[in-house]
Amino acid sequence: MDPVIEFAGVSKSFGSTHALASIDLTIRKGEFVSLVGPSGCGKSTVLRLGSGLIEPSSGSVSRSSDNIGYIFQEPTLMPWRTVEQNVRFLGELDGMSRQESTRRTAEVLALVGLEEFRRHYPLALSGGMMMRTSIARSLLLDPELFLFDEPFGALDQISRARLNAELTGLFADRRFAALFVTHSVDEAVFLASRLLVMSKRPGRIVAQFEIPYSFPRNPSIKYEPEFAVLAGQVAAALAEAS
Amino acid sequence: MSDAPVLFPHEAEESVGRVRAVLRVAVPPTLVFLVMVLIWYGITFFVLEPDRRFLLPPPHGLVQEGILDLQTLGEIAGGLYRTTTVSLLGLAIAFALGFSMALVMSQAKWIERSLYPWAVVCQTVPILAIVPLLGFWFGFGLMSRVIVCVIIALFPIVINSLTGLQSVEPKLHDLLTLHKANRWTRAFRLQVPAARPLIFTGLRTSAGLSVIGAIVGDFFFGRGQPGLGILLDRYSRRLKSEELLTAVIAACLLGVVVFWIFGVIGRRAVGHWDPSWADERQKE
Repeated sequence: MDPVIEFAGVSKSFGSTHALASIDLTIRKGEFVSLVGPSGCGKSTVLRLGSGLIEPSSGSVSRSSDNIGYIFQEPTLMPWRTVEQNVRFLGELDGMSRQESTRRTAEVLALVGLEEFRRHYPLALSGGMMMRTSIARSLLLDPELFLFDEPFGALDQISRARLNAELTGLFADRRFAALFVTHSVDEAVFLASRLLVMSKRPGRIVAQFEIPYSFPRNPSIKYEPEFAVLAGQVAAALAEAS
Repeated sequence: MSDAPVLFPHEAEESVGRVRAVLRVAVPPTLVFLVMVLIWYGITFFVLEPDRRFLLPPPHGLVQEGILDLQTLGEIAGGLYRTTTVSLLGLAIAFALGFSMALVMSQAKWIERSLYPWAVVCQTVPILAIVPLLGFWFGFGLMSRVIVCVIIALFPIVINSLTGLQSVEPKLHDLLTLHKANRWTRAFRLQVPAARPLIFTGLRTSAGLSVIGAIVGDFFFGRGQPGLGILLDRYSRRLKSEELLTAVIAACLLGVVVFWIFGVIGRRAVGHWDPSWADERQKE
């Protein structure tokens, strides 16, 4: 499979702060890559570089397509638009036809289980529903690459576990390429087909794990011994990197 | 908007709840009003000597002289009409000008830095100091009066609109950047819609100021078709206290009504998504 995104010797400095040191990373279609690392190690910077929002100081980032779904830490919805109108927004920007966007909006809202709430304003939604809306908005354009910047960090444990499981279902269905930043080891292992550990600043990738479970995943795998062993190894690598 | 969801289920409750809600809003201020009228009568008849009673004639005197006297009523109604026209015209121009200024300022820091101090100057100009100058330049008619309103109403519109336009979540800007939105799209699909709650806040503040501007301008120009300002001046010179007080009350009512109308407009326009404009009853 061709790489969807490739970081080659990417480093990034902000003024005198050396944020990232030489990142090499290739993600192919059908790969779900989790990235864990200590706070402030530059995980979000990797995503911003990957999306093209910022340019590397040296090295290069190449992407097979500009069709990226970027899921931010916050739901980042427009409060004056209903769920449906928020989802439709990127279609409007990309000049999608009205019929097409109506059809696609209904489809992705069904996919994230929000049909009933399509006429609601974000003001009336829970944190979990806002995040689903945000994901649906990105799904509208069927991106080849998803970048997740710790999207479920602000949610309660129950919503978080549910959205994690649903995300593996979505991934099984769509087989996009994904880069998921988090600092929850559990979440990283649960979601990933491949897991990377970053060191503290300047961030480098210091360990890599293959996660053998197939997609979609059932939350119960978290209580299997193999899962615990893997999570333990990741936690140890993370502790060493911090 | 008719199919907007019911955010707060009790909104849909039967009319008993609605009547009770209206009463809860209307009764306390009405009681205060009645108490004030009583105090007023008390002052008129028990505090003031009969020969000084003209300083505060009783409320029913106002009704007799100010409202039932058709000539005075016509005068005050005409003044009210002219003052309202001037202030709404001034407000409309201040809005067009102020919003455009804010929109331009929001597009580049150097433009903001260039214009901001002048918006502040507008705010700090002692309006009375330039009223004679405006009369000197533009005459004592409608135009000068409207200009006074514009000067006095401009600042809240500029500042609120600008703050609103700049209040957009940075991540939403990122989203538009990722999707290659141009400056136009960013301004009119993101910044302007996001700024609406604060724009309406600015409008409401400026509407009140514009009424003040219209009365002050009229008062000091003192010529031309009389608005409330000229009437206030005239009645006080002639010691017509009933008429004076009626005109004062008319001016106050105009201010209140304008404030209330712009409150309703704001609530209608953005109350269903902006918490600061949400219906008072829904907040409880």
